[in-house]
Amino acid sequence: MSAAEAAGAAPAVDVSPFVTAAADGRQTLHLMVHGVHCGGCVRRIEQALLADPAVATARVNLTTRRLRVAWDGPKEVALRLMALLGGLGFRAVPYDPEALRSSDDSAERQLLRAMAVAGFAAGNVMLLSVSVWAGHFQGMGEATRALLHWFSALVALPAVVYAGRPFFASALDALRHRRTNMDVPISIGIVLACAMSLFETARGGEHAYFDSAVMLLFFLLVGRYLDRRARGRARSAAERLLALHVGAVTVVEPGDRQRALPAAQVAPGTTVLAAAGERIGVDGRVTDGVSEVDTSPITGETVPQPVRPGSAVFAGAMNLAAPLKLEVTATGEDTLLAQIVRLLEVAEQRRARYVVLADRVARLYAPAVHTLALATFLGWLLIAAVPWHLALLYAVAVLIITCPCALGLAVPAVQVIASGRLLRGGILLKSATALERLAQVDTVVFDKTGTLTLGRPTLDLREPVDSTSMMLAASIAAASRHPLARALFAAAPDVPVAPGVAEVPGSGLRCGEVRLGNRAFCSIPDTGEAAGPELWLAGPGCAPARFAFTDELRSDACAVVAELRAKGLAVEMLSGDRAPIVATVAQALGIDDWRAACSPAEKTARLEALAAAGRRVLMVGDGLNDAPALAAAHVSLSPSSAVDISQNAADAIFQGDWLRPIVEVIDVAGRADRLIRQNLGLALAYNLLAVPLAVLGFVTPLTAALCMSGSSLLVVGNALRVRGRRG
Amino acid sequence: MSVLVYLVPIALALGLLGLVAFLWALRSGQFDDLDGAAERILFDDEDG
Repeated sequence: MSAAEAAGAAPAVDVSPFVTAAADGRQTLHLMVHGVHCGGCVRRIEQALLADPAVATARVNLTTRRLRVAWDGPKEVALRLMALLGGLGFRAVPYDPEALRSSDDSAERQLLRAMAVAGFAAGNVMLLSVSVWAGHFQGMGEATRALLHWFSALVALPAVVYAGRPFFASALDALRHRRTNMDVPISIGIVLACAMSLFETARGGEHAYFDSAVMLLFFLLVGRYLDRRARGRARSAAERLLALHVGAVTVVEPGDRQRALPAAQVAPGTTVLAAAGERIGVDGRVTDGVSEVDTSPITGETVPQPVRPGSAVFAGAMNLAAPLKLEVTATGEDTLLAQIVRLLEVAEQRRARYVVLADRVARLYAPAVHTLALATFLGWLLIAAVPWHLALLYAVAVLIITCPCALGLAVPAVQVIASGRLLRGGILLKSATALERLAQVDTVVFDKTGTLTLGRPTLDLREPVDSTSMMLAASIAAASRHPLARALFAAAPDVPVAPGVAEVPGSGLRCGEVRLGNRAFCSIPDTGEAAGPELWLAGPGCAPARFAFTDELRSDACAVVAELRAKGLAVEMLSGDRAPIVATVAQALGIDDWRAACSPAEKTARLEALAAAGRRVLMVGDGLNDAPALAAAHVSLSPSSAVDISQNAADAIFQGDWLRPIVEVIDVAGRADRLIRQNLGLALAYNLLAVPLAVLGFVTPLTAALCMSGSSLLVVGNALRVRGRRG
Repeated sequence: MSVLVYLVPIALALGLLGLVAFLWALRSGQFDDLDGAAERILFDDEDG
């Protein structure tokens, strides 16, 4: 419900810069909507918007969580619509559709079109080829065979030219940089097969490889599309988060006009408004307002910090109690956020060097295939002294037979099925290589706040409070939105709301003579640093009562830590919080290896030390302070409650209040890794069997087609096993 | 066998028709929201 709260508390901001007007006066606004989960949400949003007399169309895309709304009338209608969405409990952020239409999006479209064309051509050419093969046994006339070959050429050649472009482009690019990749043998094989077949057709030859060429292209395109799709799904989720992160700053202009601006465009000296319950988007100094800020995303510290005019606040902190006006002190490169981002980028560059298994295999495979094909051609030409076109035909058969259907199809198939299974369990894989890296993990490092714990305060029931005070405090707390007050009210939800409660921002609540708030507000002498967040209740005629709050452990944290240990993984905890709090949590979970009060740089340093010791570390964290560590780890996970930048740095995100997905993701990754290795093994075995036949010239288009579909079905069938018995 | 001369083009034309239909569907955005379509069928029509 935090999205709803944020929307309710946020002031109506001016989104008019994002409204685009058509020539006929129709205004359109694109929004990313946070909190859409099902058809019911879609229905509520669309109905509510369409009920507005001005709105002409409103359509939510459930896959991308985007809303397009169009209306006739002035731009200012947008304000009303945003308020309407906020009232429904959805947080909406405007975005520019042109800016988000990345080149990847159109590349996926192009792949899908190429796949459709290749599929059509493969089907029809195969139809013709089956007739030719049947004709070999039933004595088809040469003229008929030539006719069918010409028809095949007519369909196959344009299809290859169109559908082969992704491979040809990639192969040319690789050659231009004096490298070779898997697309080079694929391209050479397809082009040579088509050229040879055309030559054979023209001279009325018996064998044409048009069917092999287009079928190969089709299989490989299926694999490539699956691969792209798995990445695209993760990417669209990341885009969504990124857009929510940007545009969160409300600038107050002279005359108290409010305007939404991306954080990067705000100049130092500008006045910015941070509503209660909103994440602060910039570094700044408080000019007006008294409140408390939750810095746990930045530092991991769980005790809220009081702020008053003059206090410095940092981007990423959450404003808890009352609206604040801030004077921006730093933007862009100078903010704490930007420093963390720099640490993050350095860490990410190191990780980008990781090369997936399939590519490592491909590096060895491509030169081997080239050599083999060349050797076949030269061998037949020089040793067996056959005509050059026959030798070339045999070499083409070698290229076609060795073409990496298993590499191109089976690995993406395993990844798509595995990530689909994880998605159903609420785990979103963001990086294409995450599964493979997850399978190698031997150490798990946890952050504390928000990861092992829920990251929100709950009343500590271990400290006894008498029930009269409890009831009184809860009834006062019911009137406030402050997180501690809410936690207190949640512990006794049945009490009636006390009338006449006044909120003193940054201090507490007053109800007549009774006060509920921090120590100073309740005139309690300060006895030293509090061990955690607390509230005091003081009033005439009753002893002051203390309500302590803890950040509760996720309910399955103990079980998950034990299970990870049972799998033979080392478990460690790095936290930015104070040592006593971290020690308590470590003890409760049985983690011996822990460090408290770590800065982002210290966390990264620790992970690098582990990596230097040869450990493969899975980092699980959620805070802004964890982001560089997430990027520095071998692989990383974030809960979906994490701040946006951490979600972007993590390789995978899991949803819900459970840690269980961590175990599941490691399990599935292990299984996927085994299957990928099996598939590569199967492909290798198939090549060991088929390649000698091709080199010796026994392979005809018919056997090539059978081998190719056979091996592809085999590896895809094997890939399906990743779903597991429970799947 | 001369029947092939027009049967094969007819078969190809029919296949091509399917391809064009798919490309048209792709272009007109029918594959943009695969999850939403499944849910929308459950909505009651406003004035239906």
